[in-house]
Formats: sequence, structure tokens, C-alpha cells
Amino acid sequence: MPTDAILDRLRAAGESTTDGRRPDGSESVRPAREHDSIAGVPARYVATPRDTAGAATLLRTAAALDLAVTVRGAATKQSWGGPPRRLDLILDTTALTGVVEHAAGDLITVVRAGTRLDELAATLAGARQQLALDAPMPGGTVGGAVATNASGPRRMLYGTVRDLIIGVTIVRADGVVAHAGGKVVKNVAGYDLAKLVTGAYGTLGLITECAFRLHPLPPAVAYVTRRTDDPAEAGRLAGTVRTAQLVPTALEVDAPAGGGATVTVLLEGTAAGVTARAEATRRLLGVDATACDGPPDGWGRYPWRDGDTGLKLTAALSGVPRLLAEARAAADRRGLPLALRGSAGVGVLYAGLPGTADPELVAGLVDALRTASAAVAGHAVVLTAPPPVRDRIDLWGSVDGLALMRRVKERFDPDARLAPGRFVRGI
Amino acid sequence: MSTARTDLEALTAALRAAIGADRVISDRQQLRTYECDGLAQYKVVPALVALPADAAQCASVVRACVAADTPFVARGSGTGLSGGALPHADGVLIVTSQMREILEVAPSDERAVVQPGVINLAVTRAAAPYGWYYAPDPSSQQICSIGGNVAENSGGAHCLKYGFTTNHVIGVELVTPDGDRVHLGGRAPDAPGYDLLGAFVGSEGTLGIATEVTVRLTRLPESVRTLLAAFESTDQAGAATSAIIAAGVVPAAVEMMDTLAISAAEEAVHCGYPAGAGAVLIVELDGPEPEVEAQFDQVVRLCRDNRAFEIRIAADDAERALFWKGRKSAFAAVGRISPDYIVQDGVIPRTALPAVLRRIGELSAERGIRVANVFHAGDGNLHPLVLFDAAVDGQTERAEEVSGAILDLCVSHGGSITGEHGVGMDKAKYMPRMFTDDDLDTMQLLRCAFDPAGLANPGKVFPTPRLCGEIPGRRKGVHPAQEAGLAEAF
Repeated sequence: MPTDAILDRLRAAGESTTDGRRPDGSESVRPAREHDSIAGVPARYVATPRDTAGAATLLRTAAALDLAVTVRGAATKQSWGGPPRRLDLILDTTALTGVVEHAAGDLITVVRAGTRLDELAATLAGARQQLALDAPMPGGTVGGAVATNASGPRRMLYGTVRDLIIGVTIVRADGVVAHAGGKVVKNVAGYDLAKLVTGAYGTLGLITECAFRLHPLPPAVAYVTRRTDDPAEAGRLAGTVRTAQLVPTALEVDAPAGGGATVTVLLEGTAAGVTARAEATRRLLGVDATACDGPPDGWGRYPWRDGDTGLKLTAALSGVPRLLAEARAAADRRGLPLALRGSAGVGVLYAGLPGTADPELVAGLVDALRTASAAVAGHAVVLTAPPPVRDRIDLWGSVDGLALMRRVKERFDPDARLAPGRFVRGI
Repeated sequence: MSTARTDLEALTAALRAAIGADRVISDRQQLRTYECDGLAQYKVVPALVALPADAAQCASVVRACVAADTPFVARGSGTGLSGGALPHADGVLIVTSQMREILEVAPSDERAVVQPGVINLAVTRAAAPYGWYYAPDPSSQQICSIGGNVAENSGGAHCLKYGFTTNHVIGVELVTPDGDRVHLGGRAPDAPGYDLLGAFVGSEGTLGIATEVTVRLTRLPESVRTLLAAFESTDQAGAATSAIIAAGVVPAAVEMMDTLAISAAEEAVHCGYPAGAGAVLIVELDGPEPEVEAQFDQVVRLCRDNRAFEIRIAADDAERALFWKGRKSAFAAVGRISPDYIVQDGVIPRTALPAVLRRIGELSAERGIRVANVFHAGDGNLHPLVLFDAAVDGQTERAEEVSGAILDLCVSHGGSITGEHGVGMDKAKYMPRMFTDDDLDTMQLLRCAFDPAGLANPGKVFPTPRLCGEIPGRRKGVHPAQEAGLAEAF
């Protein structure tokens, strides 16, 4: 089919007027422009549906035309994962926005996937409530956070997307709309497909709406910080906080490439309770510990910048000090400036390397980090890397249950048109 | 001799060879022991029972079933309340109760590794000396197994604050419906790939059998405080609950009982709840001492503000246990005031509580069927106990009508047909009231990925058996449930 005819078919599907424009002048379907690419792969068309029904029509049409589709939200994490093997259509969710429901008395919200997390937070704050999910990349959307299973420091208390999402609406590769879960927190009816699409990088379907459980905003917060020279010592201090009766919301370690490390404990609760617990934490961490009511620099941000190599390392909790020490040593041996930062309280560390570092050395370090993580029952996943590094490594490492995962993908997207190659081992 | 009989004899021999003759039951009388789970009104005698000793034997049993094209059903302690472990008449019941070792308690990792037949409470008992416990606490926790909890995604009174089984299981080894052994998740968080663990927990034995479970341990709280508040009506108790939640307090548990449930509990266990109460609330707070102290005073005040006529505060663990005794015995206690009863399990948005309770009262009056209400008020999980006498003509049917109408009520308020008991056999027929055909077909895609032959616990969860080769047909127009406002397209 000639390109124009495909565009016409998509436009006809895109709930638009005949010239492809909505009453407000925006185009629902348009030819791709220079920047409309995913991980370096250019697209041919961009569609921007405004609701689930519109997205379903578009995906049904894309299926009929055998178009390969990748979903894009605010594009904050488009450098993550593998480049798509095929790409025709970018399905842009930035018009799929708005809070559908916020039942404050029931502590739940239903929100469209293209809504920005910071905008949702502002809405919920009006009722002194929150979706207790950190956004490590500012400006990201709800759908993007779900699709990449992004989380931050407060996961220690509140968990991650999988613990907060209670319902989902997806559009399948064939354009069929499906729901799972609901909008009550306690619900065991049917399969938990919300968890299945969480962290699936958009390879199983387009997420159009999510229901979440909410938490009250805490009346008081305190951050207690202690510096040390040795990252492993920071890991050990984190261990003592875990076993104390402090119930921290977050327990973070930050070990920048320049050396030294800090442990920061976030406490939330009533004013009186937080004051008492902050004092107890200060005593536990030692004389140098300081308490304040704002976060330290870099709190909840990944320790890398655009174009750098960024990894997620995981460990059994008791292995965190060892992983910190071995990661630092492996980087030092190669003369690489490795920045480590993450949630020591749950066994997750993020690691960043400059994009300018020698790709051979970086590839060697990725291997070493993988060995170090595996030794503490964890994984090392490369979330993002510049092309010369990508070419030399496997982003994902070993994946348990891979055969089952391939079968799931085959059932949901038999023609492999949804972000093919973006996910683990070419899924 | 029929072909079926020959096949069964061959399968029996294969199972005996694989796991030992003493681990296979084929005697009719012995098989009858396994004819039902906790939902005793459904009874099916299985063709065979296998009691594997470990994961390798469990995999052998499943592979033998696959080779013989025979369905299998997994069963833990058999305490489930939705018929999820109801046997298949032509199938093998795989009982995991012989796999009951706690393999490891690792407080330094906040983890324990257990076999599926381990009893829920045994995990807490093993971890408590180190200062940790296993948080999910279904009311059957003294007898129910971790494997069953994983299959059903069990809840409990304290899941309001701590979440359900799915939030506390971080790894499983399972035997897939093909008989393969696969690890999902593990001791570290966020394993790469699809969250198949999240999909597996709560899949009611339709995606495979858990043979080893890694659970998260939770620090025993520094302080626990519990109060019992008596109100004249459930409306007042509901208003108090709303006020507590609105104040930003997240209690460990908020439980409510109405007057009929109270009187049953009183008769059964003499819990000594305040006389004349139309409703009682049990509110429990736990956590760091300074937080609990600050919030407990607030909760007491909010109960008073909402016209609690009596508030008792547990002075010690013994008194706390007494408060809980009435609540935990409530299901069994109604046996004292009614020859037969149905334990229902539905969920509503908590704010709909007054309206839903009024409607349940009307339904009860219309049909002349008494309903005792017990519920996890904090999260809107209702357990209406529908009382009847099967010996009285027509009462069973009317009780079932009331019970079903209560589920419709839950769905029409945007809730769920089950909060913790599961769909199983019992509620498969209600699934279309909550989900469209497209929703259910999409869930079937997952099932077919795991179990293309449809051998794992067939006939459960889904209302319509479907072969995995069938391409779900496209439907036109609005689903009837959606049209009737029963299912929402959110």
C-alpha cells in the first residue's frame, strides 16, 4: 500500500476530521518528523489518540495494515531497552490524559496513562493524598512509569507500581480493549493483568488507564543523613537502620564517583513521632548524622545523565555492602568513574558511567557488575547505554522464566508488532 | 473394561513408579477424604490422589498427567472457601501437604524460603524469635498452607496496612502445566522480564503449582494498640471508620461486626462484647511507639465523635486476643444460631458501606433470610453470612438468591465479587458480571501461554471452558454487563 494510503487509513481511524485535524487544530495522525524515532529507529507515522476507544480503532487499523507500533509517553525513557526491530507507527499518549476519578474517601484514583505524574500529584495533593510512587525522571507519564516499572526511594515503605496498581485498561495488539482488576484495593477476581503489563515496556499492549491505591500525605517528614568514606560502611549502616524499630519510608545510599558515601533515612509520620524517630535515627547513625526536613541533592534521581550508561543492580539485602564494595573495586580497577546510588533498604542500586567512557572498558565492567550482583542473588540490567556500549553487551543478563515469557508475548502479540525487540532477549 | 478405566490404571501405575506406591491413593474410600475443600457444598471424588514429597516428584506427577492427557488439581490444606481445590472427577488431585519444610529463615535478608505445604502461622513462628513475622494472616492461618495462600492471593485482617500475599511473595519455584520446573522472582527484587510472579500469585492453580516459595518477612512492630468500640448502629461505626481514614491514619486493621454477628459470637465464645451494641469496631494500630501513641489518641477521639457509647482499650495481649476472639470465630459461630449458612465474600468502595448495608437489610427482609455482617471495614471487604435452614422448603434457594444479589450489589457499586476467597468453582459463573467477554478472553491468553492443553485446574475461575486454539471472536456493540452499568469501562 502506498504511504499516503496508509496515512489516510490511519487518519480515518484516528477519530479525526477528514483533513486529520481535530476541532482544536491538533493532528491526531500525522507523518513522522525528524525527532519521531525510538532509540534511533525512525517511525513513519505518529498517532495521538485521546481516549481508549480512539486508541483501539487505531490499533485495529494498525493490525489490519500490519504496522509495527511503539508507544511513547513523555519520551523520558525512550533510550531504555533495545531499539525496535520494526517501527512504523509511534502511538503517542500525551493526549490520553486526565484524572477519570479520584475517590478521596476510598483512597483510589483512576487516571489516563498519558497524564504526567507531577500533574497527578498536584491534583491528589488537594485532598492531602498521594500516589506514593517516585518519578526518577521528571516529566514522565503514569503509563511510562508503569510500562518501565520505574520507582524510587519511597518504595521501601510503599512498594513499587505492582503494589500500588489495582486495575488497568489495555488495548491489545489486535485492538481489543481489556480490563483487569478494578477500583477497589482488595480484589482477587481474575488474573492480575495489571502486574503483567507493569514493566513490560509496552510489548503486551497499550496501557490506556490505570487505577491506583493512594496514601495520605504525611503531616511531617525528616531526612537524616550520615557521611562515611567507605561505600561498604554506608551499606552496613543501612543494615542497622533496617533492623531498628524506625520504619523508614526510604533508606538510601549515595556513593558518587568522586568517593565517599552518604546514608540517608527518610522518616514520615506525625510531627511528634517523626521528631522522636529522627532523633533515634541520628543516635543510631552516629554523632556526625544530621537531620533536616528537605531531601539531599540528587535524591531519587538516577546517577547518570542523558547519553550515559545507566544500570540497575539488585541484591539480597545482606549482600548490599558487598555489592557496593565490589562494584566500586571493579570500577577502580578499570579506572572508570562509577556513580552508585539507590535503595539500600530494598536491595536496589543504580549505577551510572559517563557516555564518553571507553566502551570496551564499560562492557568489561558490566560483566563484572553482573558477576557481583549474581553473587548476592541479584541481577544487573543495563537500562540505557550509548550505541557503542550497546553493541558490545547484552542489556538484560540472565532471565528466569524466559521460555514462558516468550509464550506470553506470542499469545498477546502473535505478529510481534508491539515494540518488537525492546524487551528481554529480543521480546 | 472401558478405555477410561484402562487409561486410569496405566496412569496409576505410572504415578506409583514415579513417586512410590505409598504416595498414590486409588482406594475409593480413601479418595472420599479429598472430595471437597473448605466449601463443603461441592463434592467431587478425584480419580486419584498424589502426595509428592518434593518438587521433583511434583513435576513427575504433572508430567505423567500431561502424558495421559489427564487434568490435575493442586490442593494444600483444603481450607479454601471458593472450591478452588475441588477435585476433577477424571483427574489427579495433587496434594502438597507432604512438602512442609521451612527451608530457610534469613532475617538478614528479610526472607524465608518454605515448601508449599508449610502452614501460614508456622512461618511467623519460625521468624518471631529473630524479631520478624510473615504479615498475611488469613483467619485460617493456623491450618492453611502457604501454597494455598499463593494460589488464592490470600488476605487477612491486617492486609489493610500490609497488603496481601502477592505483596509478600517475592519468589516461587513452580511446576508449569507442562511439568517444567521454573523459578520466578527470587531473593532480590525486580527480576528482569515480565512479572509472571505477579500473574501467578492468585491464579488459583490454573497456571501451575508452587513447589517452593520465598516470602518477605516483616519486622515485628514495636508497639501494638487495639481498641473495641461499640456503636448503636453500623452507620455510626461506618462513619467512625471513614473519619479515621479521612484523618490520614492507616490502621493495621479495622474490623466491624453487626448485631447478629455479635450475638452469634457471644453465644459461641463468650467474648463479652458490650451489651446492646448495634455494631462493634475493632481498630488496631501498630508501628513505632511514638507514632502509635499519637494516632491512637486520635482514633479514640474519632470513635467518640461518631457516638461510640463504649470504648475498651486492650491493656495487654490477653485482652487483645479476647477482642479478636469474637471476630475470628464469627464464621463458625453463626453455626450456633443457624443450621446452615453461606459465607459470602465481596468488596465495595468503603464509602458505599451505609448504602450497601441498607440494601442488604432490605434483601434480607424481602426474602425472609437473615444476614449477619462481618467485615474488614477498612478496605470494604464484606463477609455477609447468609443464614438458612436447608430442611425448610425453599430456604436454600432463597439464601442463594440473597447471596448472589449481594455480589450484584458489590459490582454495581464498582466493587468486586471476591476480595480474598477467590473465584474457584463457586464464583466462576459471576465473572461475567464483573468482566466483559473481551476481558475474560484476554485473561485466557495468559492461561493458554502457561497451559495450552488446559489441564491445570480446569473449570475454575472462568465461566466458559475455551480451547486455546480458538481465536476469540470479535464482538460488536456494548457488552450487556456494561450496558446494565454492572461493569465499567474504566
